[in-house]
Amino acid sequence: MGRKLLLEHINVPGINTYDVYRSKGGYEAVEKALKTLTPEDVVEEVKKSGLRGRGGAGFPTGMKWSFLAKPEGVPRYLVCNADESEPGTFKDRYLMTYIPHLLIEGMIIGSYALGANTSYIYVRGEMMPQIRILEKAIAEARNAGFLGKNILGTGYDLEIYVQPGGGAYICGEETALIESLEGKRGNPRIKPPFPAIAGLYGCPTVVNNVESIAATVPIIRDGGDEYAKLGIGRSTGTKLISAGGNVAKPGVYEIDLGLPVEEFLYSDEYCGGIANGKRLKAVVAGGSSVPILPANLFFKLANGEPRLMSYESLSEGGFATGTMMGSGGFIAFDEDQCIVRNTWNFARFYHHESCGQCSPCREGTGWMEKVLHRLEHGQGKLSDMDLLVDVSKKIEGNTICPLGDAAAWPVASAIRHFRDEFEWHVTNPSAAVSGNFGLAHYADPLVPVVA
Amino acid sequence: MLRVEDTPNYTTAAFSPSLLAEMADMVSRYPEGKQKSALLPILHAVQAEQGWLSAEAMDRVAEYLRIESIEVYEVATFYTMYFLRPQGKYMLEVCRTGPCCLVGAEKIMDQIEQTLGVKEGEITPDGLFSWRGVECLAACGFGPVLQIGPEYTFYEKLTPESVNQLISDLKVKANN
Repeated sequence: MGRKLLLEHINVPGINTYDVYRSKGGYEAVEKALKTLTPEDVVEEVKKSGLRGRGGAGFPTGMKWSFLAKPEGVPRYLVCNADESEPGTFKDRYLMTYIPHLLIEGMIIGSYALGANTSYIYVRGEMMPQIRILEKAIAEARNAGFLGKNILGTGYDLEIYVQPGGGAYICGEETALIESLEGKRGNPRIKPPFPAIAGLYGCPTVVNNVESIAATVPIIRDGGDEYAKLGIGRSTGTKLISAGGNVAKPGVYEIDLGLPVEEFLYSDEYCGGIANGKRLKAVVAGGSSVPILPANLFFKLANGEPRLMSYESLSEGGFATGTMMGSGGFIAFDEDQCIVRNTWNFARFYHHESCGQCSPCREGTGWMEKVLHRLEHGQGKLSDMDLLVDVSKKIEGNTICPLGDAAAWPVASAIRHFRDEFEWHVTNPSAAVSGNFGLAHYADPLVPVVA
Repeated sequence: MLRVEDTPNYTTAAFSPSLLAEMADMVSRYPEGKQKSALLPILHAVQAEQGWLSAEAMDRVAEYLRIESIEVYEVATFYTMYFLRPQGKYMLEVCRTGPCCLVGAEKIMDQIEQTLGVKEGEITPDGLFSWRGVECLAACGFGPVLQIGPEYTFYEKLTPESVNQLISDLKVKANN
């Protein structure tokens, strides 16, 4: 059983209050940082930990912090990205609901490391209850002297504010989030300049995911080297995985990176297998944006070794036979699920959420949705699959922000791995509406190709 | 889309003193001269008090923040949470994205449509309910889910029966 760093005390009654959180060692990492470490030391510990951004991109957090420009007389900002909207992902909601002080403590550590005196937590607007929870936690931390002027007598000042979004997936992209925080439409900015140079109000800014910020608490408490001992290779530490879809026990699980995917899906400690005794057809391992994999490609790598829950192992094989860690939104599909219907659903999502700034994404996502809709409803043509791949290729890499790629990959990967199910929808139009292609051969063992 | 004809005879009551106090608090969170940052939270607060965002209300917000009206309109039309026309007292927003559909979200929407007798986006004749499908609410492990503003209370693991019960509970609540 893996060590729990973030969720260790999640089941302690009252852990959402300051008093109980404090009694479990809470805010000790802040005391250690502010009283015994310089901001540079804190950045160094986070670098040593090997922590990679938990929002989806996987960029090393310590390195991101070290890129922050520090011109004289210009304020710097830490902004927490709590705009959790990636289909399949619900770990940040869980963390903020049940252990909000962990995020506040991490925000203080991060703000201190970056020299920020005002920090914002941008929470998606639909999470109004979580906004109230965070505001209460901030008030409690302030009463206890961890926020405000001259924190712990160190001369360091910090205010944290919570900002609600307005309901837009695109605001999870860091420059769109900054635009939104400035009171504008969430249209991503062209980079460079990167936020580390010119972010919020044109000032140097770091945007980090909720889980990344929370992870700095155990990193500072135990030291970056200790954190780096957990995990495997360049995937250090623990990761929150949101398990949903047709798993028997949906929920948020903290795993040591490097856990075999088979163990994660089938052991009773985690997902407990597929609900209702059904068989697994496919998995989306890291949120709706990452490529979908059929069951037979998911558990084993090309060399026969088991696939692990790590950044490297999940992407092993590239897009031909691999996927990505993404944000850790783990969606299992049982034998009754229709891949075409789900792909249409995801395409509709990206069409709805495209901000409309870049034409390949604005137009392309709409066309993919329309073509997938007609396929799902038995009105497709056999040439539609090539058309969809063609459209996806014209979006991928041709947009300002990664939403275009995120829209293209699920469609391209579904056709790559499930083309016969798409073709069946064309050749059996009446069954496409009322029937189901079913599990087919997607869970069968792969036959090695002999040259 | 925002249409002028949606707000023909509507006169915006002046914002209540408590709303104005809330707006002032929101503006105080940002640096001097960056009061536009308070736009999204202020629009949420106005909608919570008035039920939706009329053109007059948005003009008033623009005036308050010393920005152009168009800057408010372009934001209110971009984000999905802002209502540009009146809604039922209870707006049921059901997640319609992939993971929730794997566990039956489409059945929940069918049930709501049948029980309320109105289509997506319409208001029941008694003015109590409207409903719509929305994109991922980040609760995929607890689906199907729906939320009801302005507090955005969450209802998880819905079944056709539990959603019917919810609707009748809300009717009782509204009549008391």
